[in-house]
Amino acid sequence: MRTSVTSAGDIARDIPRAPPPMAMLAELTHRCPLACPYCSNPIELTRANEELSTEEWIGVFRQAADLGVLHLHLSGGEPASRRDLVELTRAAVSLGLYTNLITSGVGLTGARIGSLADAGLDHLQLSLQGVSPESADRIGGYQGGYERKMAVAAWVAGAGIPLTLNAVCHRENMGEIDAMIELAIRLKARRVEIATVQFHGWAERNKAALMPTREQVERATRTVAEAREKYQGVLVIDYVPADYHSRYPKACMGGWGRVGLNVTPSGRVLPCHAAETIPSLSFENVRETSLAAIWYDSDAFNAYRGEDWMPELCRSCERKKVDFGGCRCQAMALAGDASATDPVCIRSPLRERLTREADALSTTQSAGLIYRGR
Amino acid sequence: MSGDAPRISGSSVVKLARGVRLREDPVRGQTVLLAPESAMALDDIAVAIVEALDGKRSLERIAADFAEKFDAPVARIAEDVETFIHELAVRRMLEIVE
Ligand code: SF4
Ligand code: SF4
Repeated sequence: MRTSVTSAGDIARDIPRAPPPMAMLAELTHRCPLACPYCSNPIELTRANEELSTEEWIGVFRQAADLGVLHLHLSGGEPASRRDLVELTRAAVSLGLYTNLITSGVGLTGARIGSLADAGLDHLQLSLQGVSPESADRIGGYQGGYERKMAVAAWVAGAGIPLTLNAVCHRENMGEIDAMIELAIRLKARRVEIATVQFHGWAERNKAALMPTREQVERATRTVAEAREKYQGVLVIDYVPADYHSRYPKACMGGWGRVGLNVTPSGRVLPCHAAETIPSLSFENVRETSLAAIWYDSDAFNAYRGEDWMPELCRSCERKKVDFGGCRCQAMALAGDASATDPVCIRSPLRERLTREADALSTTQSAGLIYRGR
Repeated sequence: MSGDAPRISGSSVVKLARGVRLREDPVRGQTVLLAPESAMALDDIAVAIVEALDGKRSLERIAADFAEKFDAPVARIAEDVETFIHELAVRRMLEIVE
């Protein structure tokens, strides 16, 4: 089914009608006790008094369920900073949404985890900043964070909530992947998600300190392959390799406006969490527009659907159905043009320069960390 | 720490692990098996298998029941069940009862 729409520039474009969204990420708040230097929250954090209310969030969840969303991710900032977290969870579950909490663990107590389990929480993802108190608390910028996480993992296991451990890997902890996997098993996680740092948000400012070296990336790939074999049926290992060291870009978000959407703490709806870095787009708010209208009809969601927006390089490439031309926000950040071929693609004219820069950055000595604002 | 995956055989009794559930998806007109980060659209046979994982019957028993119900060769059904169950097990979607 195809519908023709007229874009802002008055040029008729052929935009395939999008399928219903599968997943929604609700950034309940930007508040967070931690200060990770790779935090993907925007540099301009939303203030607490601008956040959607409990009723507003529940209304958004209902619209999402009606629209066809199956998975709801409650995220942030730190979602436990919301006092209504249990209430929101209960409402989401009662709407049939598969409800997943993405948390640093700080702000959760045994009693609160018990209430979340009673509310029907389907799954919990606990972020890990390192495998020892020293490294974890240094990266998270929060004393006692590691210890709290270990306690949280035990409470979660005790309450019977399935657990995934999430870790962002970067130059400082790339050698700890083995240890992360072992820790995940010790904490009775079923899954571990190890994602190489992406340079959006605060991470962009820490590129020189966080960029992994080529050797690290190669070693990590081997480590993951070995661990997957060793722990088959015990632990599912999801690994997101480094962009800068791959040949082709990732299908960011499974393609722009194809699979999922993000709602910011104040209700703006984005095709991906970094979309606001694209200055030519404006984003609508669930306070004014329905989620369905935003998903199907808004200019921002339609901007990079289909193929008409693509540069010739991608349009003539057979991988366009696999990676959809890569990440728009990365194209914006690195090529200065959101509709360029993702510069990490081996076919992009910018790729060579990028590789040189990444290599240079990864060997930069003693770059200090700039922590996220709180 | 052992890296050994639990063995599943015909005599195993399994059920869906917590956090894995079957749901109607009225918007797309299908039945889906939901797990963390995954939604599997199931055909009728797969739905029947998942619904039969009651935590009481062994996989052999389930295959035999299907063979009788659908009047089909038990060996072929047992193979279907085994393939599908293996896929779920690798994705950590099952709990082994015994
Ligand atoms: S990445 Fe760190 S600072 Fe950012 S929201 Fe998550 S825990 Fe908080
Ligand atoms: S040219 Fe475009 S579509 Fe082809 S691999 Fe590169 S980013 Fe993907």
